[in-house]
Amino acid sequence: MPISLEEVLKIAHLCRLEFDEEEAKKFSEELSKILDYFETLQTLDTQDVPPTFHAVKLPTPYREDEVKSFDNIEGLLANSPKVKDNMIVVPKVVKSPA
Amino acid sequence: MKGTTITEFTIKIALEMLEKGEISSVELVEETFNQIKRFDPEVKAFLHLFEEEALLKAKEADEKRKKGEKGSLLGIPLSIKDNICVKGHPTTCGSKILENFIAPYEATVVEKLKAEGAVLIGKTNLDEFAMGSSTENSAFFTTKNPWDLERVPGGSSGGSAAAVAVRMGIGSLGSDTGGSIRQPAAFCGVVGLKPTYGLVSRYGLVAFASSLDQIGPFGLTVEDIAILLKAIAGKDEKDSTSAAVSIPDYLQVINQNEKTKFTIGLPKEYLQTEMDPEIKQKIEEVVNLLRKTHDIKEVSLPHTPYAVATYYIIAPAEASSNLARYDGVKYGLRVESSNLIDMYKKTRAKGFGKEVKRRIMIGTYALSAGYYDAFYLKASKVRTLILRDFLEAFKQVDLLITPVTPTPPFKIGEKITDPLQMYLSDIFTIPVNLAGLPGLSLPVGLNSEGLPIGLQIIGPHFREDLLLSLAYQIEKMIDQRFVPPLLKS
Repeated sequence: MPISLEEVLKIAHLCRLEFDEEEAKKFSEELSKILDYFETLQTLDTQDVPPTFHAVKLPTPYREDEVKSFDNIEGLLANSPKVKDNMIVVPKVVKSPA
Repeated sequence: MKGTTITEFTIKIALEMLEKGEISSVELVEETFNQIKRFDPEVKAFLHLFEEEALLKAKEADEKRKKGEKGSLLGIPLSIKDNICVKGHPTTCGSKILENFIAPYEATVVEKLKAEGAVLIGKTNLDEFAMGSSTENSAFFTTKNPWDLERVPGGSSGGSAAAVAVRMGIGSLGSDTGGSIRQPAAFCGVVGLKPTYGLVSRYGLVAFASSLDQIGPFGLTVEDIAILLKAIAGKDEKDSTSAAVSIPDYLQVINQNEKTKFTIGLPKEYLQTEMDPEIKQKIEEVVNLLRKTHDIKEVSLPHTPYAVATYYIIAPAEASSNLARYDGVKYGLRVESSNLIDMYKKTRAKGFGKEVKRRIMIGTYALSAGYYDAFYLKASKVRTLILRDFLEAFKQVDLLITPVTPTPPFKIGEKITDPLQMYLSDIFTIPVNLAGLPGLSLPVGLNSEGLPIGLQIIGPHFREDLLLSLAYQIEKMIDQRFVPPLLKS
């Protein structure tokens, strides 16, 4: 199943990656080969088979929705790329009012 | 240390000697760091070392012991794979995107080890985000196989396996999503266990594929694995997928089961798979020895040939979702840009390595509109068939025996350019994760080139007691110690 260069770039955009043309070309070849390998699954009849998302069946665990304090806020924020007044600084996502 | 050389230490022996006062934990940890200074410049198992802190903790352990305090790992030096959080230390996952990340909290398994008195010595190398079978995907360096420095140690937990093989710490924790504990254990001649999904809390393990990931121990002997598993297993409020099952004293159980007769299944599809003839022969040799005291039965797991394809859809699908969090916003690397989308893309393009990008792409594709049914849903249905195969087999037998790997440790660089070849090296370990079962890799011999061969035992869900019991019997039967020639020089 060949994957076109455009498709590679479309998927890359969906998962927020970017490639130069040479990388994208290489990816389209590799992904095509890997997807070909996946074709083997299509030979199985799974019409009446339910999907498994977790192999070990456990009942849904419920708990009280309580706020608990975390004792190392400093340590958390120390990993942030940019912090101001205990808040994480990000690029502006809203337009300034005209 | 009164004539005991470091190659003779196991956790069990060290604990006995500590208890008798024949060694101190400080001596043991000092000796461990001597070993690291001597061998790690070549083997390169460690990403970070905590020497000062470890010596301090060893001293504390010795004081506690003097006061009569107990702990199932009191004073024992262990390492941790660098995708498991140890508070206050880096957790890089072998990735540039987390190069400067310092864990702000403790993984539950680490908390448990510390509560038992273990001394943590450092963090071990891995394929980036545990994606790989050789540590060649680490953004920092490739770990070498201590049995032959030109070969890979396996992966993704290659650093942990190599560290234990070289006795740089007498045990380690790794993680296993498709074979990442068992394959490196086989390649490095140590014991490695992937527990049942849910037996060990994943809180503090950096997520790769959440329905497949499991933390497990590396050790030099089955007894050591029993001790480590007991220490880390159990229900955890912080991991909703951890199971509320009772945890037996595995060490006691394996000793009680020393003569227990098992019905052991040999999956015929595994033995029909193309593999190295020496590995096949060694597994058959062990099975023939087992025939004297156990019932051996051929069983069928007919969907085995579909496992690798199933896995390489499900695992990347889950990974593409889990790794969405590395966006340059909250923590980790950020490549600045005035445009938010551009910042995401530039950060991820720079921070992730090739294999991680490949899997994010595969996963995103398999989940994208128009392909979800054909790929992700289809794979999840085939997963049901693979699971059913195992459940059927376990109606007839107690445990299964298979090889761990189709080849001996391969050369560095040999498979890195062909991702599909690399994926196929996990063919015997992947079905176990898809089915959530426990699997153990036990060294059972060396090939004609002196490289270790591993045997895999697979058990029913939550039957680590049986699994470890058979492993203990085989270990005794083989009665061989696996010490890389490097250590004898």
